[in-house]
Amino acid sequence: MSISRRKFLETSALASASLMVPQFLKGFEQKKIINKNNKILIVVQLSGGNDGLNTIIPYRNDLYYKNRQDIGINKDKVISLNDEIGLNPSLKGLKQLYDSGNLSIINGVGYPHPNRSHFRSMDIWHSGSAENEFINTGWIGRYLDIADVDLNVHNTLALETDDTLSLALKGEFKKAIAVKDINQFHNAASTSFFRKLASHSNEHQEKLAGYLYKTLGEIKSAADYIYDQSKIYTTLQTYPNTQLGKQCKTVGSLIMANTETKIYYVSHGGYDTHNAQNARQDKLLQDLDESLSALVSDLKHNNRFEDVLIMTFSEFGRRVSQNASKGTDHGTASNLFFISGSLKKPGIYNSIPNLNDLDEGDLKYEIDFKQAYATILDKWLQTSSTEILNKKFTHLDFI
Amino acid sequence: MNLLQKNKLLYSRAGFGISITEFQNPKPINEAVDSLFPKSLPGDLELITAEDWAKHKPSAMKEIMDEGEKKEIKKAFRQKTKDINLLWVQAMVNTSYPLMEKTAMFWHGHFATHIGNPYYDQKLLNIFRKNGLGKFSDLLRATSKSSAMLQFLNNQQNKKQHPNENFAREVMELFTLGRGHYSEDDIKEAARAFTGWAFDGDGEFIFRKGQHDDGEKTFLGKTGKFTGDDIIDILLEQKQTSIFITQKIYRFFVSDEKMDDKRVNQLAKDFYDSNYHIGTLLKNIFTSDWFYSETICGSKIKSPIELLVGYQRLLPIQFNNDRTVIHLQKILGQYLFNPPSVAGWHGGKEWIDSSSLAFRMRLPEAIFLSKELNIKPKEMDFDIMEPIHGDMMQETQFKVGKITVDWNEYIAFWKKYKKEELQYQITNLLLPYPLEDTIQKELSNYVDNDTIDEYIKSITILLMELPEYQLT
Repeated sequence: MSISRRKFLETSALASASLMVPQFLKGFEQKKIINKNNKILIVVQLSGGNDGLNTIIPYRNDLYYKNRQDIGINKDKVISLNDEIGLNPSLKGLKQLYDSGNLSIINGVGYPHPNRSHFRSMDIWHSGSAENEFINTGWIGRYLDIADVDLNVHNTLALETDDTLSLALKGEFKKAIAVKDINQFHNAASTSFFRKLASHSNEHQEKLAGYLYKTLGEIKSAADYIYDQSKIYTTLQTYPNTQLGKQCKTVGSLIMANTETKIYYVSHGGYDTHNAQNARQDKLLQDLDESLSALVSDLKHNNRFEDVLIMTFSEFGRRVSQNASKGTDHGTASNLFFISGSLKKPGIYNSIPNLNDLDEGDLKYEIDFKQAYATILDKWLQTSSTEILNKKFTHLDFI
Repeated sequence: MNLLQKNKLLYSRAGFGISITEFQNPKPINEAVDSLFPKSLPGDLELITAEDWAKHKPSAMKEIMDEGEKKEIKKAFRQKTKDINLLWVQAMVNTSYPLMEKTAMFWHGHFATHIGNPYYDQKLLNIFRKNGLGKFSDLLRATSKSSAMLQFLNNQQNKKQHPNENFAREVMELFTLGRGHYSEDDIKEAARAFTGWAFDGDGEFIFRKGQHDDGEKTFLGKTGKFTGDDIIDILLEQKQTSIFITQKIYRFFVSDEKMDDKRVNQLAKDFYDSNYHIGTLLKNIFTSDWFYSETICGSKIKSPIELLVGYQRLLPIQFNNDRTVIHLQKILGQYLFNPPSVAGWHGGKEWIDSSSLAFRMRLPEAIFLSKELNIKPKEMDFDIMEPIHGDMMQETQFKVGKITVDWNEYIAFWKKYKKEELQYQITNLLLPYPLEDTIQKELSNYVDNDTIDEYIKSITILLMELPEYQLT
């Protein structure tokens, strides 16, 4: 009999055994795990460099339209927020959050001597390093390194909804888990061969093999836990049928099941709009808007919106002037959205960078992104930002 | 350690693992080490000829008036970085001198560039392959003057009036001294010395005298009208350079675990005294008594390239879609010619997280039993500094599939053994050290006993799925 078949047979036996446990019992079991502080962070990465100027639009500024003759968004279409700036027309749901005091817009976020390579700039955001520093751990990973182990019983304190794990979530000693499809992840970790090996996870003395077996044990524990958690709450909320919508739905269902996870990491790709920008960016922002709105509505419905902070970021913004292909090339500073039911300072946090005062055609940053990290780490996650970022950064006061 | 164990360790470090022939006939160490070094310089890996490049270089592209046509040509050309990647991986699989390719891989991680120009990538790769086992001084100079490095670290923009410090900083921080052995002033002064270093339309080094700052500079305590070459000479005079390079070589070729400083300093001293001869340094390591110790066995986690090349050197594998090898590199986290930054790949435990370990454990079934595996790499495959065409939003779901494996020679080899011996012997071939009894017993519950062929296959695949197989 083939090894695949052999492994499969035992898997189905295991699976059916776990199905026999009534759902309500599982839910009951899980309720024992209570977060010390119920705060949850959701990071939404907009990969490729989202064009900040067509997201938060200075629609009364002639320079904006002068620099963007083809791609500038018409005044009439902009969703006005005040006399100076407005939202991209796709962001209808965010407008509602803005009106209800659940959205904070932070402009001009970047870092000194900006790097225009996707890879390097993403690396800088993920590691939380200075622009001339190379750090091979991520800011969330280092949060895991110093986190209270009691919070992380199932190794799911931070979770990325993808097949592979980003640098941001890798610490020196602890690494988050990446799960795109919970059932598939659980199946893979449920073959009896895998389980047998994982059951030896404590026996290894050799340093490196020990590390691998420990990781194996963590996969098994996380896969079981997340799988069970995913069965507890069935949402009535409709989410967009997109990759992002599905990720948000997964995150919502895990939050509502009172999962130990405190940080969720979600990615939304395709923002590298070098040509024919408008149609694509509008579509992407619409997906973003609808997915986040669905998640917020789900959270509100379950009285969890106060406990959740959603942050969006991109590795850089784009140049002020459009290029010859009705797109934009890699730029510098951009905006962050913070969405939550408990913002201290909702609305427009600061004005957008001056279009009159550019650095070789690029916006100058005003707020270091590490200030936002420090604020979240200290005030939201109640940990030590100086330990994680290796430096003290001035807090922002949106939370 | 017996001779077979020693051979196994040597071939795992100096190459991509022991072959069945070498397993059958272990050689005395001195003889085995000698045979690692090519007797003559390797030929270039060439996919793009100078004539091809002449048609694609910026001045030639300007002649093409149709924008759409220009974009298509540029895009097709950029794609060739993937073809060079595949060509190099094939060379690693087929070479009789794995140490040469593995050392080139080390230098690719040390002098990491990521530029999206396949012609420049190819040139720099051949510099690594030609000089990788020669003198570090030649290698450092050739790399520093390569179009790939000059472009990646912006030295084209380093001019007398506006110095750009990028190259000057990294040549010290990452290529020679390491952090803490120079000052910010040294960087500024070195940047002045490197002004005027550039490359022409053919990707050849040129010195632009008009852009060079020929004034006096003070660098690492010396003063003079230094040029870029003088700076490199001064960096090579520093003993710290030999220590920094030796530490990195040790981590790559010997062990991920904490290194023995006394041992490394001695190696570094010999390296310095040999005028930075890299081949001599490696020979020094591979012929040392301390190298052949139990603590070194299994003290490294295989890099994704070592893993993938290792499979293919053991068993001939035909990937019907050759892009599979590219996808696997992306998912496993080591995509050649696309290092995450100029600092290269860190390696060691960095290779393993829950997703990558689970993937490594499922991969043998996918490759050797054509079992479906659905994994999507991250969407970070941007084209650099060039507009992107084609729809980025399309799903690039990736399936490992349609792979042909030629088991014949491998199975024939093992049939010479008695069945009772097979599990022990195959384990001995594939894993860095003997398995613990408990795991060994678990394996026997999963093997396929239908035929001897299936038995050999299944035990091989199961062993490859083990965490221990990820070690070397």
